[in-house]
Amino acid sequence: MEIIQRKSATRRVFLIGAGSSIGCSTFVMRSASATPSSMAAAIREVVGETAVRQGRVKLDIPPLVENGNTVSLNVSVDSPMTELDHVKSIHIFNEKNPQPNVTIFHLTPRVGRARVSTRIRLADSQKVVAIARLSDGSFWYDSADVMVTLAACLEDLR
Amino acid sequence: MARALINVPRKARRGEIIEIKTLLSHPMETGYRRDNVGNPIPRDIINRFVCIYNGTEVFQADFFPAVAANPFLSFCTVATESGTLEFRWTDDHGNAQTASASIEVE
Repeated sequence: MEIIQRKSATRRVFLIGAGSSIGCSTFVMRSASATPSSMAAAIREVVGETAVRQGRVKLDIPPLVENGNTVSLNVSVDSPMTELDHVKSIHIFNEKNPQPNVTIFHLTPRVGRARVSTRIRLADSQKVVAIARLSDGSFWYDSADVMVTLAACLEDLR
Repeated sequence: MARALINVPRKARRGEIIEIKTLLSHPMETGYRRDNVGNPIPRDIINRFVCIYNGTEVFQADFFPAVAANPFLSFCTVATESGTLEFRWTDDHGNAQTASASIEVE
């Protein structure tokens, strides 16, 4: 978790610099908000006190989506997928939906390649995080920021 | 009963990594929406997906309400032997829907 926070800090510094030059201050403020606590708690529940390193995981999600009701998500992990060294599970989290969990994929060496695609809902522009648990007990992550024009979940039927 | 679409190659070489695509027609009602008189619509989602290759579970997924309606999944598996791939989706009420496909491995 520390790593995630450190990363967002450097991102913040970068965005403040970028924002002051091109004048998009609202975007800077939104990005500067800390990782919401519910997502942090959900991640903590999975990883415990283990450090989560960035790398090996690649989260592919469009940076700008028009409709948050269906957002294609593709996650892959650099792993040989052998008995000795494979990905056990991939957990997808989000910041601003009503629940921090999105989906959990349980993999076995029989899948051959650690790559999964699905379609998800996003209630707002937010950060999506993918965390992979490897067979050696280490955790790796990748994250992506998504801008959503039309949010999911909020529409009523009336 | 909802309709399932599955895409599995009919033939594969032994040891080849094949891609499997599945789509189930299901509303994946989140439980966060209200109907036209303001009553909350109860949650009703598929919360578990399992792929069984000749009796061995090779891939599973847990779904939360943030998975889009008509849950789609694409994943891989190693073509080890000829036989059947069975897919099972379980909803909040414990009802399971299954689909299967056969594969010939040379």
